[in-house]
Amino acid sequence: MEEAILEEVVRIYRGKPEKLIAALLALQRHYGYLPEPALRTLAQELGVPLSKVYGVATFYAQFRLKPRGKHTVCVCLGTACHVRGSEQIFHALKRELGVEPGDTTADGRFTLEVVSCVGACSMAPVVVVDEETHGRLDPEKALALLKKY
Amino acid sequence: MRSLMDRCCSRCTHSPQTPCKDYVLCRRDGPFCHDDPECKRRRKAWLNSRFPPPGSGQRRLLVCGGLTCGAAGSFSLPEAFRKAIEKAGLEEQVTVTLVGCLGLCEEGPLALVMPERVLYCRLKLEDVAAIVEEHFKGGKPVERLLFRDDTGKTYPFLPEIPFYRKQQRVVLERCGYINPEDIAEYIAAGGYRALTSVLFSLSPEEVIEEIKKSGLRGRGGAGFPTGKKWEAARRVPSSKRYVICNADEGDPGAFMDRALLEGDPHAVIEGMIICGYAIGSDEGYVYVRAEYPLAVKRLRIAIEQAYAAGLLGENILGSGFSFHLHINEGAGAFVCGESTALMASIEGNRGIPRIKVPRSTEKGLFGKPTVLNNVETFANVPLIILRGSQWFANIGTKGSKGTKIFALSGKVKHTGLVEVPMGTTLKELIFDIGGGIKGGKRFKALQIGGPSGGCIPEDMLDLPIDYESLTGAGAMMGSGSIVVMDEDNCMVNTARFFLNFTERESCGKCTPCREGTKQMLNILERITRGEGSPSDLSLLEFLGQVVKATSFCGLGTSAPNPVLTTLRFFRSEYLQHVTERRCSAGECMALRRFVILAEKCIGCGACAYVCPVKAIKGEKKKPHHIDEKVCVKCGRCFEICRFQAVKRL
Ligand code: SF4
Ligand code: SF4
Ligand code: FES
Ligand code: FES
Repeated sequence: MEEAILEEVVRIYRGKPEKLIAALLALQRHYGYLPEPALRTLAQELGVPLSKVYGVATFYAQFRLKPRGKHTVCVCLGTACHVRGSEQIFHALKRELGVEPGDTTADGRFTLEVVSCVGACSMAPVVVVDEETHGRLDPEKALALLKKY
Repeated sequence: MRSLMDRCCSRCTHSPQTPCKDYVLCRRDGPFCHDDPECKRRRKAWLNSRFPPPGSGQRRLLVCGGLTCGAAGSFSLPEAFRKAIEKAGLEEQVTVTLVGCLGLCEEGPLALVMPERVLYCRLKLEDVAAIVEEHFKGGKPVERLLFRDDTGKTYPFLPEIPFYRKQQRVVLERCGYINPEDIAEYIAAGGYRALTSVLFSLSPEEVIEEIKKSGLRGRGGAGFPTGKKWEAARRVPSSKRYVICNADEGDPGAFMDRALLEGDPHAVIEGMIICGYAIGSDEGYVYVRAEYPLAVKRLRIAIEQAYAAGLLGENILGSGFSFHLHINEGAGAFVCGESTALMASIEGNRGIPRIKVPRSTEKGLFGKPTVLNNVETFANVPLIILRGSQWFANIGTKGSKGTKIFALSGKVKHTGLVEVPMGTTLKELIFDIGGGIKGGKRFKALQIGGPSGGCIPEDMLDLPIDYESLTGAGAMMGSGSIVVMDEDNCMVNTARFFLNFTERESCGKCTPCREGTKQMLNILERITRGEGSPSDLSLLEFLGQVVKATSFCGLGTSAPNPVLTTLRFFRSEYLQHVTERRCSAGECMALRRFVILAEKCIGCGACAYVCPVKAIKGEKKKPHHIDEKVCVKCGRCFEICRFQAVKRL
């Protein structure tokens, strides 16, 4: 674990329990997830019980407690995407990757995620891979997308 | 002077440390403190380069850098254009900039040529050269890149395109027309003038009075009168008050707030500062979803620039009034759209709603009086101040004033961002502006107001858009998402979809919401699997009423709306599922069956190739067939067969 990052986050937010969410977002941005040792340190330094740190980390959809694969494939299951057939895309990707949402393929290449709307509804259905938004997909195109990564 | 924000010469004394009340006007029409034609000329030249007047020979190319166009490839266009323009030796005549959403996202990437307003659609890198050569050099728009309707007719000019013709873009007036990362352009377009006039010519009470008279109601959902809310917060004695902008936009299908923050962030900031002055608050938060990285980035830049110009911070423009603004990134919880949950989240807690007595205007964030409005509401405020409450009140209907921005998506032809006066009918919105249904299919329903809203059938499309009419129809305005569904969408499955969403997003505080939505979801899943019975329908209705009546926050009390409205308007579809075990829209997977018609199948093997479970067998050039025991009913064979040989039963 890169200690420097943890120290930096702790330095910024020490003694500011109201900044818990910001601190967690910062940690996750660096590690890609929330490692337990980091959460323990954070709890101490911010002055909040560990149970509350976990309470918050499990409440919000953005936070992950497990490490992620090299790429994150996030299927939008929001309304606009739903009516344009995102469920078929979701099933196709799930079958291809062989994992449930939140899990990572055995080779560590892809983590499958779902989200309810990323705000790109006009080009529904949408899949976001890492930071890149891809729209106007169908199952075929979505599967072909994986090959690019 | 490279920007309007730079001093014109050494005689200009303005800096945030030495503020001046004429600053905002001075940047555009000044200088006021000294008289120098050369200084005036330089300002004018800058303005002309950004807002070229017709006939000047100057052009400005606005490339849409909204999320949708960006994802479709627009981010690399400005650089390519600049290179091509330089190569053609036109850099003195044409400037290029990336702007926010232009509205017609469906046709993106878009680019607009000013001042003539020629709109180009579906741009690719390969098209850049043609536009520079034929249009910028030759003076003739490139025909093949213009907007084209179904009949093949092209529309060179943006205002003539049917999508824009019936709209009234006032809040979105600048969105897509200015560089959102440059405060100078906002000021040049009239920005921060409302703030100036508030600070120097109106008392806080007068500001509140003006907002009250305008009739502005909250654009985030329930439509509470904005002026009343501000008044309530001001009345509570306290040394500290807060202003919060809700940019959590949790409704799937909604992207109005994202577009505003990406395209015109200063309008929101200006509205918040005015609110701060009116209620006596010196600190605000923008609570924005982490799912919107681009919006967060542009907002951050805007706030920095506003501080640098002395429009945020201590002693704004020398008025003695101070206001500080922070960004708070949300972490993905729908319930945080609920005001009290949102405040809990800013305080660093789980976003769980609390009882609304006392109201947030009395005891809100950190226990202090707080005004919480959404992005669009704040963006309306400077307009009202500048053009007057009377102007605003003249737009719209008796109970719902002004305009409303909608995010149009789903099966409609022109998806995108739309602004219409209140009172416009849903039909005008879907058919005149949205262009009707894609692919010649039949309209079935529209979903308005997100998971808390309802589904409205075809025979109610004459409904005018205002808070009361929509609520009367069992739906609600919500934040402004409209998702259009056609004959291929199953309404039972749609109801299941929404319940699945609210069940997952319930914070778990109240039993009726937590367990009731779960039970309703179970029933709906049963029906979509073909295992429902007619008595399930009344059970659903009963449960829906209970959840509605006994849940605590807005999420729970509105969660049954999609189920109740579909039961009311699309009952026959439910009955078809429970009596005939059929889903005529073909969306309920378990109820589908696929067969290959031997007489139509030419044995090309395309279906066998795409079938993920190898359920299709057959020799080349001979009719294939599906093993129904293996088939997982994904429908890929149905979509791929070019000879209509795969039939859905
Ligand atoms: S109604 Fe649902 S979401 Fe709202 S407080 Fe109750 S349990 Fe939570
Ligand atoms: S519906 Fe899907 S699983 Fe069934 S035969 Fe067609 S392609 Fe194969
Ligand atoms: S619903 Fe998928 S991007 Fe909005
Ligand atoms: S994002 Fe370009 S038009 Fe909406």
